[in-house]
Amino acid sequence: MILVIAEQRDGQLNRATWETVAAAQQAGGPVKVVVLGSGVESVATDVAAADAAEVIVVDAAPLGQYTADGYVQALAALIQQENPALVFLPHTYQTRDFAPALAARLGRALVTDATAVRKQDDGFVYTRPVFQGKLGADVAANGPTPHLVTFQIGSYRADAAARGASPAAVRRADIAIDAGAIRQKPEAPFKEAKQAVDLSQAERIVAVGRGIKSQDNLKLAEQLAQALGAEIAASRPICDAGWLPMDRQIGSSGQTVAPKLYIALGISGAIQHLVGMKGSRTIVAINKDAEAPIFEIADYGIAGDLFEIVPAMIAELQK
Amino acid sequence: MKIAVCIKQVVTREWQLRVNESGTWIRDNDASFELNEPDAYALEEALRLKEQHGGEVVVCSAGPARASQVVREALARGADRAVHVESDALATADAFTIAEVLAAAVREEKFDLVLTGLQSDDQGFGQVGVVLAEKLGMPHATIIMEVQVADGGLRVKRELEGGWFQWMNLPLPALLTIQSGINQLRYATLKGIMAAKKKEIRKVAPQAASEPSQRILRVYFPEKGKKTQMISGSAGDAAKELITKLRDDARAI
Repeated sequence: MILVIAEQRDGQLNRATWETVAAAQQAGGPVKVVVLGSGVESVATDVAAADAAEVIVVDAAPLGQYTADGYVQALAALIQQENPALVFLPHTYQTRDFAPALAARLGRALVTDATAVRKQDDGFVYTRPVFQGKLGADVAANGPTPHLVTFQIGSYRADAAARGASPAAVRRADIAIDAGAIRQKPEAPFKEAKQAVDLSQAERIVAVGRGIKSQDNLKLAEQLAQALGAEIAASRPICDAGWLPMDRQIGSSGQTVAPKLYIALGISGAIQHLVGMKGSRTIVAINKDAEAPIFEIADYGIAGDLFEIVPAMIAELQK
Repeated sequence: MKIAVCIKQVVTREWQLRVNESGTWIRDNDASFELNEPDAYALEEALRLKEQHGGEVVVCSAGPARASQVVREALARGADRAVHVESDALATADAFTIAEVLAAAVREEKFDLVLTGLQSDDQGFGQVGVVLAEKLGMPHATIIMEVQVADGGLRVKRELEGGWFQWMNLPLPALLTIQSGINQLRYATLKGIMAAKKKEIRKVAPQAASEPSQRILRVYFPEKGKKTQMISGSAGDAAKELITKLRDDARAI
């Protein structure tokens, strides 16, 4: 049995849960899904649409707001009760916060950021990126089961998760939570001052990465954006350096966009960036490193010096 | 406040990766190395906390002898001393092994605060910090963008996805994993480099580690999407061809 840990916030199911259900079904199941929180009946009902053996609910007041200690405590007890063969989770920021502690407390291996799973001999092989996605690695987990595996967002399709002919049974697990042992005290999540730029509405985007080398060189990208009628955007390091404001950032911690045209200048294509733009209709990548992962998702690629190619593009557009 | 910062040496981003003979890792015998970027931000945050609240910054690394390069660099930037768990086997070790040898090396030091980067640029486990917290019995918070010290505890700003944040309060001692961009990095001064030469680096042999929690069977260059049209030729020709394709085929401009 593969236990999938659903993710919800304020009674809203995170869509990545369905992707993880799809991964578990494709790994061979049977699948059980666990929902944690306080007052999460409606989430459990949503998830019960999946072709799953059972939905298990851990409903306790101390789990109302996410904390690492609360989740580790609840899931360690549940996993010991249920004794699954594998535990699958979506590789979200929340999972990244608690899954390593859960694995350490249980003394079980954790494979993070997997993009695929397949059976091999009597075990499983997981594919995961290394070196910022420049290389892929096939890895196997060691030691006693259940092994824990987190799946990269977008590596399985949410709509590939099979729905059941009738809703799966929902069962409440009897897990006592010691609220006094939860050391993190959370405040309510918030957004920073309203974003000045809504890049999700842009038809065309010219995005710059480390390859732009200096703040001065941004002028070149801005000229190209102007010639195309595009918005300017960036990968995280450019915003970290303060070269462009944070609300111009594309990626998991910034905005998610799907414009008609996305031109990536000097962006290598770390997964944190790709998740924010891979839905774009036409993707152009210009990068001096022909092995850069951005080329894997591009429609058109030029492996070359952007400082030569971009001026030539501007000249061509102005003809 | 007594602060530990865990750092890792990784190959530089510009290094052209090549897969080794056995196909299980990269050929890195002649690679150039640097401080893992999120760890540099963790170090900077520790130095700033020391400047505000006093105390000591101890840099800790688990890696082969060559990792002393980044240990020295951290000392030059202002860390007070270092602990280097040294073994060639640690160069490609799994997260549990790294966390275990670090925990053994620092447990007796009784740090108030332990900082790590949120993940490494090579293996990218994103596990060592949180596993280390569990092994040291400390509460933790991850992907941190601001640290406030108040009433013997911490108030830290966690980054969530899609532009959301959350403040989390936790008692000391605690462990935080730091997100890139939390601060502006400082670089070593000549004075710092000279001062670093007199600073203590305590070398520790790793205690016999248990079986690694995972093993790499194979590393490889990902296959390019077959749909990618690579455009070659001079800059002028390539630019012209690209613009034509964007106009006529993709109808994107």
